[in-house]
Amino acid sequence: QVSVKIRFILIQNRAGKTRLAKWYMQFDDDEKQKLIEEVHAVVTVRDAKHTNFVEFRNFKIIYRRYAGLYFCICVDVTDNNLAYLEGIHNFVEVLNEYFHNVCELDLVFNFYKVYTVVDEMFLAGEIRETSQTKVLKQLLMLQSLE
Amino acid sequence: MPAVSKGDGMRGLAVFISDIRNCKSKEAEIKRINKELANIRSKFKGDKALDGYSKKKYVCKLLFIFLLGHDIDFGHMEAVNLLSSNKYTEKQIGYLFISVLVNSNSDLIRLINNAIKNDLSSRNPTFMNLALHCIANVGSREMAEAFAADVPRILVAGDTMDSVKQSAALCLLRLNRTSPDLIPMGEWTSRVVHLLNDQHLGVVTAATSLIITLAQKNPDDFKTSVSLAVARLSRIVTSASTDLQDYTYYFVAAPWLSVKLLRLLQCYPPPEDAAIRGRLTECLETILNKAQEPPKSKKVQHSNAKNAVLFEAISLIIHHDSEPTLLVRACNQLGQFLQHRETNLRYLALESMCTLASSEFSHEAVKTHIETVINALKTERDVSVRQRAVDLLYAMCDRSNAKQIVAEMLSYLETADYSIREEIVLKVAILAEKYAVEYTWYVDTILNLIRIAGDYVSEEVWYRVIQIVINRDDVQGYAAKTVFEALQAPACHENLVKVGGYILGEFGNLIAGDPRSSPLIQFNLLHSKFHLCSVPTRALLLSAYVKFINLFPEVKGTIQEVLRSDSQLRNADVELQQRAVEYLRLSCIASTDILATVLEEMPPFPERESSILAKLKKKKGSGTVSDVEDTRKERNTNLGVSSVFQVTSSPSSDLLGLGNSSAVNSGSPPAASNAASLLVDVFSESLPVAPLGTASAPIIEENFSRCFSTSMLDRYFWPSHISGRLLRGSPNISKNAFQTRSRLTALSAFRFVCKNNGVLYENQLLQIGLKSEFRQNLGRMYVFYGNKTSTQFLNFSASVVCHEPLNLNVHTKTADPVVDGGAQLQQILNIECLSDFVEAPVLNINFRYGGSVQNIAVRLPVTLNKFFQPTEMMSQDFFQRWKQLSDPQQEVQKIFKAKHSMDTEITKAKIIGFGTALLDGVDPNPSNFVGAGVIHTKTIQVGCLLRLEPNTQAQMYRLTLRTSRGSVSQRLCDLLSEQF
Repeated sequence: QVSVKIRFILIQNRAGKTRLAKWYMQFDDDEKQKLIEEVHAVVTVRDAKHTNFVEFRNFKIIYRRYAGLYFCICVDVTDNNLAYLEGIHNFVEVLNEYFHNVCELDLVFNFYKVYTVVDEMFLAGEIRETSQTKVLKQLLMLQSLE
Repeated sequence: MPAVSKGDGMRGLAVFISDIRNCKSKEAEIKRINKELANIRSKFKGDKALDGYSKKKYVCKLLFIFLLGHDIDFGHMEAVNLLSSNKYTEKQIGYLFISVLVNSNSDLIRLINNAIKNDLSSRNPTFMNLALHCIANVGSREMAEAFAADVPRILVAGDTMDSVKQSAALCLLRLNRTSPDLIPMGEWTSRVVHLLNDQHLGVVTAATSLIITLAQKNPDDFKTSVSLAVARLSRIVTSASTDLQDYTYYFVAAPWLSVKLLRLLQCYPPPEDAAIRGRLTECLETILNKAQEPPKSKKVQHSNAKNAVLFEAISLIIHHDSEPTLLVRACNQLGQFLQHRETNLRYLALESMCTLASSEFSHEAVKTHIETVINALKTERDVSVRQRAVDLLYAMCDRSNAKQIVAEMLSYLETADYSIREEIVLKVAILAEKYAVEYTWYVDTILNLIRIAGDYVSEEVWYRVIQIVINRDDVQGYAAKTVFEALQAPACHENLVKVGGYILGEFGNLIAGDPRSSPLIQFNLLHSKFHLCSVPTRALLLSAYVKFINLFPEVKGTIQEVLRSDSQLRNADVELQQRAVEYLRLSCIASTDILATVLEEMPPFPERESSILAKLKKKKGSGTVSDVEDTRKERNTNLGVSSVFQVTSSPSSDLLGLGNSSAVNSGSPPAASNAASLLVDVFSESLPVAPLGTASAPIIEENFSRCFSTSMLDRYFWPSHISGRLLRGSPNISKNAFQTRSRLTALSAFRFVCKNNGVLYENQLLQIGLKSEFRQNLGRMYVFYGNKTSTQFLNFSASVVCHEPLNLNVHTKTADPVVDGGAQLQQILNIECLSDFVEAPVLNINFRYGGSVQNIAVRLPVTLNKFFQPTEMMSQDFFQRWKQLSDPQQEVQKIFKAKHSMDTEITKAKIIGFGTALLDGVDPNPSNFVGAGVIHTKTIQVGCLLRLEPNTQAQMYRLTLRTSRGSVSQRLCDLLSEQF
């Protein structure tokens, strides 16, 4: 009951193009593709008046839309919805700061850096670091390395 | 071009990505990719050694291509080479490629592990983090094997940098999840707990996740984390909103860490140490208080972060379920959210209240919100919110509001979303059955259900209504009348035809006296539906017709005519044809006596509750909702609430442990005249294990069918595949109920006060069922140990310890030391009551399962009242004896609040179940209950008089007991007062 674990994090645009897929559970490639499509189908039909949560298989998706991008986190049904909802926002604010007004293209061209940002903030399906200051400091330090 | 990409080149990558984006078609994209793949391949194969930068660039391109959804079958080696680079950016791309693409590729795993090993020992925190993230992301067994020792060492080493500690903690967590056997606990475990004290809140955040996972598996080893977590939480919630600087999020101090700490505390019962407990209560109060303060910011982020902590605090309060004031405060807070303008909050409030409804302390408080919840059902735009409202109504339902809730659910059902209809149907069916006071209401409700949502009414639901009608003769006439009327509708659902066919076939005679529903009219009505129905329904109708031949000889000719028609006798469907032929022959050649025997009314079904519940659970998976149901169900069983069907069901129901114990207590053998008690006998001899649930269900089924076959009913009445299914489903009323929460085990002692059979204990391995009978001062208890696993239990032993050996004696035979997987073991306990006693004996069970030794201790439900013999007496005698017992010590009185709705019939049943006779017309106030009985012990007999005065307005009871012994009065009062 207490289990806390992110199953996956997805960033998708409205058209269903995946901008980030981070898996914290073993899925084979077909299964991943199916999940990506299902999540897209479930999330994009919801409107702003709906909750930011949606049941999904035996889990739930916590999601938030930013412009044309959907940020989705899949967690256990017993997990804390609002903590993950703000976890998403915290992550987005870091991206915004790091990429100076982040837009979808930043995520496309710098996909390999987005993975680094994710790993700083989420690891092994858990929240690793929540301080924006600390994460950005670390990212800038890495940026300065060659 | 994005801002950051300027600095660090890989221009080639940017160009390639742009090219791909500019492709006008899928074909163009594939062409461009193939060109690039060819280019990269030639570079990798070329004679010229590539520099690190090019290698990084090409590997990164491959990764991009892979992420677009194309297969990549080369480049792994180059990626592994990048791992040994001294440049961060090259190493990072190497690790990323490995994390995303390598599925424990055996050729490379040694090389990869070597590179990781080097980085782990490099003392360069950046490299160490890359390596740890890679282990955490891949998490394969090979990696667990290779680094099981390194990761814990890094985590607790004094000189490890904070950010590395964070990664190491979560890396260890990942390895522990994937390969727990490879990560032995060690001296690092105690040091991990102390990370909760770390100055760096990021380290605490990561460590808390690790400790939660470890504590879930080995709670005892991490007990010390409770006080540390409370201390840490206390510092956070009392800090000013700016104290924690980096960790303050929109004026909320460390919300994510708070949530995790509150989660960790949910791995444990409330702290025993009063000081810690007090401090935690203060924290929880502070969090609840903050919810009432004006917001420090209008931003949704502020309120979300604050409420994330609040909801987690409420979860902990519910988990502890021990502080009534906190529970009620939580409920009030959620009540405010029910009307909040944020949909998220309304949703979460409904969800959280669902669990609050299962706590006895807050159940009533939850119920006060019923109107708001019903309103949510009608007005919410988001179906998932409406779904939560349905769940909550289901959870808050009890006898007092069942009619209203069922009515609202039925009316919602008319317009409900298709996706949740079936579930609502199941819920309505369960509530209607569980809280039915009048059977007529139950029958009406189910028929309405079929009318409104026939397509969603599963077999379990309509089987169930038939089982109940068959078992309850006082509802049969009403049921026949109601289905007859319902069938008049020009378009009625096929499920209604099935129910109607079955019920009229059995009980049509009960309404045949009315000329408006004469036999012929009944038959014509049924037959008018025949041609619109599917084959299984037609088969059922044919059986109903042959039953009519027995019930109403006057329509025999008409029915024979129908059976004889070509459309029946030559029907293309084998089942229909066979039935028509056999029924026709039977009706022609059999004498009335034989017909009457063969086509006799169905005997009562063995009572079992959960076939629908099981279905609902299956539907909901193992999510929260079913947990809620479990707890609630458990609460009901524990505290003795049972529906009318359980309390007053026919003798056969005792078989399944749901019945009324008075039949056994009164000492009179059950009447052996009807088919039902015959069945009981069959079962109690050959299959005393019947209460033990799913494992034995098929056997019962088989035997049950065999019993029917003797009267040919099975063969003739049901297609073979249906006859068995009626009985299927788990009868375990308390399945999954006994988890590790001690409060519940304690309460369960009262569960069997008014009944003798049922499931005593159950965990994932073992189920213990009971069947017991008592006469005078002696008792016999059959204990059934069901091995739920597929593995043998070894060294199995079960012994009984009596704490008052002078007052109570229990003899047992040694149990067989081996219990095979899926098998059941029976043990007989002989009980002798020597004198009055308080402490129930304890059953100690030990066995080896797999590698570990299991110890289970359960209190046996041997209570003083089991040795009652009821005594009937007149009013005059009662008061005379009452006056004789006037010594103040002989009387015990208790005034207490009703825990359940104050239903007269239920109360009566409980007093009878308790063992005394229920005396009518003794008390001048007809709403009071009066009982009398004698407790038999070997040394003495103690006469006992009791009087129970309900005050429905105040929802209180006053219970007065007088016996010749003060200790007996006290004990009986304690036992009985827990039942209402």
